Amino acid sequence: MTSNRNGKSGPKLTLWEKLYFPEIIHGMSITIRAFFRPKFTRQYPEERWVPPPVFRGRPVLVLEDETRVERCVACGLCARVCPSLAIDVQAAETELDKERYPERFEINMLRCIFCGFCEEVCPEEAIVMSQDFEMTFSNPKEAIFGKDRLLTPASSLKDRLEFLKQYR
Amino acid sequence: MIAIEALIKIVVLVVIILTIVAYLVLLERKISAYMQDRIGPNRVGPKGLFQPLADVLKLVLKEMIVPAKANKFIHALAPVISITVAVGALAVIPFANYIVIGGQKISLLIANVNIGVLYILALSSLGVYGITLSGWASNNKYSLLGGLRSSAQMISYELSLGLSLVGVLMIDGTLQLDKITMAQSGGLWNIIYQPIGFLVFVTAAFAETNRLPFDLPEAEPELVGGYHTEYSGMRWGLFFLSEYTNMIVSSALMVTLYFGGWSLPFVNYSALGANLAALVQFVTFFAKLGILIFVFMWVRWTLPRFRYDQLMNVGWKIMLPLAILNLLGTGAVMLALK
Repeated sequence: MTSNRNGKSGPKLTLWEKLYFPEIIHGMSITIRAFFRPKFTRQYPEERWVPPPVFRGRPVLVLEDETRVERCVACGLCARVCPSLAIDVQAAETELDKERYPERFEINMLRCIFCGFCEEVCPEEAIVMSQDFEMTFSNPKEAIFGKDRLLTPASSLKDRLEFLKQYR
Repeated sequence: MIAIEALIKIVVLVVIILTIVAYLVLLERKISAYMQDRIGPNRVGPKGLFQPLADVLKLVLKEMIVPAKANKFIHALAPVISITVAVGALAVIPFANYIVIGGQKISLLIANVNIGVLYILALSSLGVYGITLSGWASNNKYSLLGGLRSSAQMISYELSLGLSLVGVLMIDGTLQLDKITMAQSGGLWNIIYQPIGFLVFVTAAFAETNRLPFDLPEAEPELVGGYHTEYSGMRWGLFFLSEYTNMIVSSALMVTLYFGGWSLPFVNYSALGANLAALVQFVTFFAKLGILIFVFMWVRWTLPRFRYDQLMNVGWKIMLPLAILNLLGTGAVMLALK
């Protein structure tokens, strides 16, 4: 009698369940409770999410606050370890103590997979993952970030640098 | 004079109802959002209150695409049938008793037909044509299946709908909706006398308005969009409008038949002036209507869709016998009390 389309009989229902209405009212009590629950929606452009320090956002180059010089010594390890070949470093010599600096440092953000290997391999803690996750480009060229957009003062990366000190 | 009066009432009512319908869409989206832990539309205007305007503007500006092999005339006619029938049914619903303007009694009822209930049932049966014809005229198998399903569904549920009403009609002894309201305004509401009839009526009303859990004509997962798959722009909008108008009609019918219409228990309307009383009645009616419409939406966002064979089973094997038994029971009790 109670058979579905495959001819198999479904689970036996009690009379109470067969009445439908008690179960419907039970279901409705669930939805009305959901109605008054607090909502999860974040009103995005106005209400932004600040990622915790563990978050791996866009990789950036650390700029020392006092000297206004990047930490990077252009060793090329990050470019070497990058699994998606997103990083391109061109080294040059400098009068400063570190002797080498990146003349050109480019990260192609269309290739970057945010794995954080560059940050992990860097001996100088010169490239770190920032909290920035909002990136939009209108053409592929725009997605190649040069030094102008990569250099970020260390003071604004304090959270991540602290985190690295603690857990690395 | 009567013609002008009726015309004014028609214009006012249609404007009110269409505004309400536009906002019901917003309400439905808000309710569904709240039941799913979301917030819902809140960008257009304060708290999203201008969303309906944006929706309507979008619908009006959108291109109406007609499939190449569709029957152009019927394709255009079908949504018109749907909306005409839906709005037409509102003509006999008493929203309040009467108002007095310049010493003249003006009844707040567009057409005082002495077979009001029958008129609504007849019109809602015509509504099947809109859906079936749109399904057929689209020249699309999904639309056709949706149209066929809807005609089968509406015919099956029309029977239990009609039979469940008979109990109320027997108690009040009239088919006029304003007299049914009057009969309830003194004593108890009909839902107390007719609880089973009410349940059957509600279930059948859900099926008649093609809303979940009985929205098989649309059934998005299996039939794409059912009968309105091939409709776009304002023609689709008309189907949308008629769905919500049908919901208002069903709820208004329920209010009038089972919940005492515009009347409230223990309120002496003669103590208020005629116009003030009418205002109170009007507000009462729409408050009751609002609660019922909320229930409609609440059910929609709670229950999953019935399978087609289950729908037919429920309709013919449960609802129809239940309606007949309710009828016999009512008759027996009335005979015993005589």
